[in-house]
Amino acid sequence: MDWLYQPWPWYVAGPLIGLMVPMMLFIGNRSFGISNNLRHLCAITQPHKVDVDFFRYNWKEHTWSLVFVIGTALGGYLAGVVFANPEPVALSQAAQDMLLQWGFTQPGRNLVPEELFYPSVRNITYLFACGVLVGFGTRYAGGCTSGHAITGLSTMQLPSLYAVLGIFGGGLTASWLLVPRMLM
Amino acid sequence: MLRYIPYLLVGMLFGFVLIKAEAASWYRIQEMFHFQSFHMFGILFSAIFTGFLSIQTIKRFARKRSLDGQDIEIPAKDPGVKSYIFGGLIFGFGWGMIGLCPGPIFALVGTGSVGALVVLVGALHGTWLYGALKQHLPH
Repeated sequence: MDWLYQPWPWYVAGPLIGLMVPMMLFIGNRSFGISNNLRHLCAITQPHKVDVDFFRYNWKEHTWSLVFVIGTALGGYLAGVVFANPEPVALSQAAQDMLLQWGFTQPGRNLVPEELFYPSVRNITYLFACGVLVGFGTRYAGGCTSGHAITGLSTMQLPSLYAVLGIFGGGLTASWLLVPRMLM
Repeated sequence: MLRYIPYLLVGMLFGFVLIKAEAASWYRIQEMFHFQSFHMFGILFSAIFTGFLSIQTIKRFARKRSLDGQDIEIPAKDPGVKSYIFGGLIFGFGWGMIGLCPGPIFALVGTGSVGALVVLVGALHGTWLYGALKQHLPH
C-alpha cells in the first residue's frame, strides 16, 4: 500500500485529472471547473442589503458543484493527513538552489512554505490579498486552471487559449519579478 | 441526496490526486514558472491530452447520454478576448504569488491549512468584487 503514501508521478496524476472532464459529462452532463464555486459561495452568503445582480440566481441548482469541492477538500484531507507523504517534495536541484537563494530555508519540507503560510499578521494580509487576485481574476476570465487549461483546451476552445496565455503571463511576472524579493 | 454521491466521489479523487501530485505545492508552482522541472507541465499536458482523447471518443463512439439521462453536450465558452486575457493575467499573477489555484485551495483547506483558508476567504472577496464591478470592466 506504499503507493497511497508516496507522491504520484505526473503520468499517473495528469491522466486522472484529465479524466475529470469525461467523468463529469457522464455523471450529469456537467462541465469540469472549480472556480464557479466561489461565485456560488458568494451567492449563498450575500446579505440582502448588498444585493449584487451577479450573485442573484438560484445557487441550489449548482449543489452538485459544491458537493464536488467538498469532496475535493475531503480528498485533500485523506491524501495530506491520513495518507500523508513523510518525505519532502521532490523538487529539482535547480529549484532547491533558487529557493534557498530567495531565503526559503527548507524548500519542499511541506507542500507550502512556513515563511508565507504561517498565520502571522503580515502573512494573513499577503494570503488574503493574493486570494482576492485569484478570485477576481478567475471570475473575470470565467474559469481557472481546471475550467480553461484542462476542460477548455481539451475541447479546443479559443477563449480558453487566451485565458491560459494570460494566466501564464501573470504567473511568470509574479514568479520572476516579485516572489524572489518577497523575503528580502 | 443519492444523486450527489458520484460528484462527492469524483471530487474526492480530484482532491486526492492534487495533493499526491504535489500540484497543491507552492514550491512546485515556482519550479514550474522557472522551467526547472517537467513535473507540472507533464501533469497539465497529459491531463489535457487525456481530456481531448476522452472527448473525441465520446463524440465518435460512446452513447451520448449521462447517468441521469441527459444528452451529453460540451458547452461553448462565450466569445471574447479581453476578459479572458485580463482575467487570466490577474488570476495568473495571484497564482504565481500564492502558488495555489482554486482546486488546490480547496484540497489544501482539507488538510487543515489555516493559510489556505485565508486564501479562500480572500478569493471569495475577490469574486464578490468582480461581481460588483463587472459592468465597469472591459469584456
